[in-house]
Amino acid sequence: MQITLTVNGEDRALDVDPRVTLLDALREHLNLTGSKKGCDHGQCGACTILLNGRRINACLSLAVMHDGDEITTIEGLGQPGNLSPLQAAFVQNDGYQCGYCTPGQIMSAKGMLAELDMGWPSNVSADLTDIPDLTRTEIRERMSGNLCRCSAYPGICQAIEDAATEEGMTKREAAE
Amino acid sequence: MKPFDYVRASDAAEAHDTAGRIIAGGTNLIDLMKHQIETPSKLVDVTRLDMHEIAPSDDGLRIGALVSNSDLAAHDTVRRDYPVLSRALLSGATGQLRNKATTGGNLMQRTRCPYFYDTAQPCNKRQPGSGCPAMAGVNRILAVLGTSDQCIATHPSDMAVAMRALDARIEVARAGGGTETLPMDDFYVLPGDDPSVETVMQPGDLITAVHLPSAPTGHQTYRKVRDRSSYAFALVSVAAVVDTDGGKITEAALAFGGLAPRPWRDTDVEQVLLGETPSDALFDKAADVLLADAKGHGGNDFKIPLVRRTLKAVLADLTGVTR
Amino acid sequence: MTEHLKMDQVQPRLLDETEQGALHAPMPRPEGPLKVTGTATYAAEWKLDGMAEGFMVRAGITKGRFKVDASSVEDMPGFLGVYTDRMVRNSAQGTAGTNPVQPGDQVQYLGQPIAVAVADTFEQARDIALALKVEYTPDDDAHVVMDDSATYEDDDDALDQGDLDAAMADAAFSVDGMWTTKPHNSAAMEPHATLAQWDGDKLTVRSSLQMLNYNKHEIADSLGIDVKNVRVLSPYVGGGFGSKLGMSPECVAAAVAAKALGRPVRVVLHRNHVFETIVLRTETRQRVRLSCDAEGKLTGIGHENWQANLPDEGMAEPVDLATHLLYGGENRRYGQHVAMLNRPASGSVRAPGEAVGMLALENAMDELAEKVGIDPIELRVKNIPDRHPENGTPFSSHGLKACLEDGAERFGWSQRQAPKARREGEWYIGMGVASAARLNLLMESRARVTLNPDGTALVQTDMTDIGTGTYAILGQIAAEMLGIPAEKVTVELGDSDLPEGPGSGGSWGAASAGSAVFLGAKGIRKKLAERLGCGADELRLQDGVATGGNNRRPLAELMDGPISEEGHLEPGQTDDDFTQSGFGAHFAEVAVNAVTGEVRVRRMLAAMAAGRILNPKTAQSQVWGGQIWGIGTALTEGIEHDPRTGHVVNNDLAEYHVPVNLDVGDLDVMFIDERDDQANPMQVKGIGELGLSGAGAAITNAIYNACGVRVRDYPATPDRIFPHLD
Repeated sequence: MQITLTVNGEDRALDVDPRVTLLDALREHLNLTGSKKGCDHGQCGACTILLNGRRINACLSLAVMHDGDEITTIEGLGQPGNLSPLQAAFVQNDGYQCGYCTPGQIMSAKGMLAELDMGWPSNVSADLTDIPDLTRTEIRERMSGNLCRCSAYPGICQAIEDAATEEGMTKREAAE
Repeated sequence: MKPFDYVRASDAAEAHDTAGRIIAGGTNLIDLMKHQIETPSKLVDVTRLDMHEIAPSDDGLRIGALVSNSDLAAHDTVRRDYPVLSRALLSGATGQLRNKATTGGNLMQRTRCPYFYDTAQPCNKRQPGSGCPAMAGVNRILAVLGTSDQCIATHPSDMAVAMRALDARIEVARAGGGTETLPMDDFYVLPGDDPSVETVMQPGDLITAVHLPSAPTGHQTYRKVRDRSSYAFALVSVAAVVDTDGGKITEAALAFGGLAPRPWRDTDVEQVLLGETPSDALFDKAADVLLADAKGHGGNDFKIPLVRRTLKAVLADLTGVTR
Repeated sequence: MTEHLKMDQVQPRLLDETEQGALHAPMPRPEGPLKVTGTATYAAEWKLDGMAEGFMVRAGITKGRFKVDASSVEDMPGFLGVYTDRMVRNSAQGTAGTNPVQPGDQVQYLGQPIAVAVADTFEQARDIALALKVEYTPDDDAHVVMDDSATYEDDDDALDQGDLDAAMADAAFSVDGMWTTKPHNSAAMEPHATLAQWDGDKLTVRSSLQMLNYNKHEIADSLGIDVKNVRVLSPYVGGGFGSKLGMSPECVAAAVAAKALGRPVRVVLHRNHVFETIVLRTETRQRVRLSCDAEGKLTGIGHENWQANLPDEGMAEPVDLATHLLYGGENRRYGQHVAMLNRPASGSVRAPGEAVGMLALENAMDELAEKVGIDPIELRVKNIPDRHPENGTPFSSHGLKACLEDGAERFGWSQRQAPKARREGEWYIGMGVASAARLNLLMESRARVTLNPDGTALVQTDMTDIGTGTYAILGQIAAEMLGIPAEKVTVELGDSDLPEGPGSGGSWGAASAGSAVFLGAKGIRKKLAERLGCGADELRLQDGVATGGNNRRPLAELMDGPISEEGHLEPGQTDDDFTQSGFGAHFAEVAVNAVTGEVRVRRMLAAMAAGRILNPKTAQSQVWGGQIWGIGTALTEGIEHDPRTGHVVNNDLAEYHVPVNLDVGDLDVMFIDERDDQANPMQVKGIGELGLSGAGAAITNAIYNACGVRVRDYPATPDRIFPHLD
C-alpha cells in the first residue's frame, strides 16, 4: 500500500505490506534504525517514538494506519556533534550502558516531559486534580515503560532532571 | 501475522463490515496477530471516525470509543468527579501504551493467560474443546471467580474495573442497525462452555462510546496489587466508591480486577455493607460474600486471601475505620 | 613487537606514577554520542544487498523426533527455503569454543530451534515459520520437574572437610535451612541477531556476541569449516549478561541458509525464542548449614545445591563459589546435584554462582546473627578468615571489613531497629545488610596499541563492549600510559580479525583486556625512552610531551612514524599463590506493605572493594546494574516452567518481570580505595558481578527487619510475604 509518513519533518513516501509495523517501516524501509526492536510486543519500550507529538510503541502500530501522520524518531532530535539537551545529558550522566534501550528512553523522556507540561497526572501523583511536579518519583513512574536491563535508571533519571529545563520544562518548585 | 486486507473506514457505515475486524489503538490486537492467535482476514481501521470526544451527557459523561486511555485519565472532569477511573487507567500499562490504547479497545482486550498465548498448547479460548492446560498448569495470574471447567482466564483491564464500579454502560452500534447501551455485565459473557465468546459483540458491531452516570457521592479509590511497582497486570485490584453518613455506609460500589473473566462486581457484597456501621468484622462479612464461591487452582489460591485483605484495607480507608 | 607479561609476580604500580590524569577520571563514554543518537550499529541493523530474512521455527513437543514438510509452505509468498541442517540445540556455553549439541532430528525440549524459514521479507518469513507443517514422533520419557524421580549427576569431588554434622550437633547456635530460587533470564534488551554473508569459503557473521575469540570457533565448529574462514563482527552489543557468551542458534541458521541461497541472510530471534533457546540460569534448591560458638565464631559451613540442566551441557551453576572463601569455620561440606531435564539449557547469567548462592548464605548469616544476638555486621567481621579457609592461600587483598564498616557508617546502619519496630502508615520499614564476594579472574589477552607522531593513538582488540565501558576504559588506559588526552585515542573493538582479547564475561574484561592495552602501551613507552635516551622508569609522558633524563621533547620530534606494539598478558603464578576476590557490602532499606506484602526498595548502598577503579562513572554504572539485578533477583524475577511440558510459561518481558524504573529507589555506591598487586599489572579487579553478589540478600534481610517475615523462596513476590503478616 502507498502511504506517506512525515518523519522528522520530511515527507517520506512508502509502499508497504499492511503487515509492516511502524517500527519496521522506520528501521527497514527508511533505514532509521535508531528506534530499536527489543521485544516487538509493547513490553520493553525500546521502540518509543513520537506520533503527532505523543510517545507510543512503534512496534504495536501498523504503518498503513499512519498515512499522513507526523513521526519523530531519535534521528530527529540531534546528531553526534549536535546533541539535543536530553541526549547530551544522557551522555554526561551515563544514562545508559549498552545503548540499546537508549533511543527509546530519550524519546520517551521527550514525550513524558510534554505530558508533564500539559499537567497530566500519573499513578504516583498524590492529588489527581493538582498539577504534578517533576519529582524523581514522578519521573520513575512515567519512565517505567522503558526497560533498561543494564539498569541505568539512576543515570536516566538524573539526565532527565538535568535536561528538563533546557527542554523547555521548568520545575515548578524552582519557578515558584 | 497472516496477510490481511486493510481498510480505513471513513464513516460509520464502512466500519460495520461483517467480514472485518475492528482495529483502533492496536496495542493488543497487533500483539496477538503477530503470534497468529488472532488471524483476521480484513482489518477495518476506525481511528479516523469521529469518536474522540469526552462530553457531558444528560445524566453524566459520554466517552467516545476512540478516546485514548491517556486523554481519559487526564481529563479534568474524570480527574475531579471519577478519580477511580483516572487512577485505574494510570495504574495500567505505560505512558506509551496509554497514548495509543483506546477506550473501546481496552474493553475488548483479551486475557494474558500464558496458555492462550502459546499456540503450541491447547486452549479452549483459542480452540473450543481443545482443553485447558492452565487448570493444572502455571495459573498464578488466573481467575478464582466466574470461571468454568473450560477456562480460568482473567480479563486484564484496569479501566473496565473502575467503569464497572461506576455503573458504566457500553454503547454498541449494531451492524444490522440500531444502537444498544449495555450494562457491563450484559456486555461481557462468562466462559461457560465456550470461552471463545467473551462479549456480546457480533461481526460488524462497533463500540461507539461508554456512558458514565452522574458522579457518585462518596470517596473513590482504585487499589492494584502487582508483582512490580509499575508496568504489570493486577494480581488483584479493587475499585471502590463508598460513602458514609452518620456513621453508616450509605453508598457502596465495589468492582474487582484480576479475579475473574470479566470486571467483577457482586452487589450482594455491597448489600452486606449498606446501612451498616463500618467495622473490621463487617468488612470480613463482605469479603465472605464476595469469596463464597471462589475457587483457586493451586498457583492462584493466594488471590483469595489477598483480595480479602485488600478489600478490607480499601473499605477501612474509605470509611475512616482505624486499622 | 610484542610486550609480554606472565603474571608471575607483583608489578610496579605504574599507573600511580603516570601524570596524564586520563585514568581514574569519570570520563563519559566516547561512543555515547552514537548511542544517544541511534547511530551505533547493532547486529540486526546492517543492510546488505540481496539480504533475505529468516525466522526460527520452534519445536512444539518436549521430547521426540521431528520432520519438517517444506512443501507445506513453499507456495507461500516470498518463500526462499526452510533449513534444518546443523541446527544447534541451544546457545553455546561461555568459553566452550566448540559446537553446542547438534541433535539432528531429535527434540529435547519444548521451544528448541528446529529450523529456519527464509523469505524475501521479515513478515513473509514469520508467517512461513508459523505455517510450516512439522510432523512429530513424541517420546514418553521426558522429565521436566526437578523432583526425586529425576536423574541427577552429582559432583563426586565435592569438598567435605572436617565433620560438619558434629559441628552442628555441638554448636552453641546453628542454622539449617532450605532455600529455593527460580530460573533467571538474562533478558538483554537487544535480542540475539545474526546477519551472515559468504564470499566463497569465507563467512562474515555480524552478530551480537560477547566473546569473539571463542565464538568464531563455535561457529566454525558448528558449520564444519576452518576457523580461519570465519570473521565475526560485534562492535556494539545490546547487553549480554551471559546470554551472548556463547554463539546463539541463529548464527548457524543464518549461515546455513545464506550458504544454500547464495545471498546474505539475517535472522533475529523473537523475544520468546530468546527465553527458550538461550541458556538461562538454573533454578536452585540450596541447603545451607551454619554452626558457631557462643560468641558467634563459625565452626562449620555447609552449602549443598540441587539444580537442573539439559544433558551434555557440561555446565553447572557454581552456587557455592563465594561460600568457599567468605567465612572461616573448620568443618565444611558442599555438594552439587544436577537434574537432567528436558527443559531449556542452563548456563551463565550475570554472576553465575554468587547471584543465587549468596542469597542463601547471606540470609543464613542474618538468621545466625539474630540467634547469637549480635549485629549481623559484627558476625560477618568476626568470621573473616586470615587465609582461604580450605586451601590456605593468602588473600591478595581483602576489603570486606572496610566495606562493611565504612558502608554501615555511610548508610546510617546504627538507625536500624528491631524487626517490626518501624512503621509508616501501612508500611513496615527495615534495613538489611549482606556481604559481597566475587572471585577475581584474569584471562590471556592481546591488544595492539599504535601511537602516531601527531599524538593520536589507536587501540585494537577483538574484545567487546556490552555496555561495560570497554571503549572508555581501554582508551583511558592507553591515554594515561602514552601521556595523551583520552579523546585522542580511538578504540576499535568487536572484530575477530583483531588481536584476541579475553571476551566480555566473568568480570575479567577490564583487568585482562585492560592489561593487554597497558602492556602494549608499555612497549611503546620503552621505545620512546630509548629515543629520549632515558630509562623506561624515568620516562614521563604528559599532553604529548616526553620528559626523561634531562630531555623534554614533543612526541612529534621523537617519532618518525607510528609505533605499534602488541600487549600480551597471561595469567601466572600469582593466580595460584593467592586467593583473589573482590569484596563488598550491600545495604538496603525497604518498605513492606502490611496489607499486601508488596515490597518497595527505598534505598541501597553498595560499598565495593575492587582494586583500582579505572573510571568511577562507568564503574558506578556497573554497580547500579548489580544493585538493580539484586532487586530483580530478590523481588520480581523468576521463570516458571510448565510442570508437564517444561515450557517456559512466562517467555516474554510482560510476564518475566525485570525491574522497572519505579522499582528502584535511591542508589548509592562507594568504592574502597584499594590496589590489588597480585591481580594484574594495573592492580584492578572485576566489578560487574561483584555488584550483584549479595545484593538481593540485603533486600530480603531488610524485609525481615521490616516485617518479621523470613524469605527463603525467591523471588519474594507479594504472595510469599502477606500470608505471614498479621
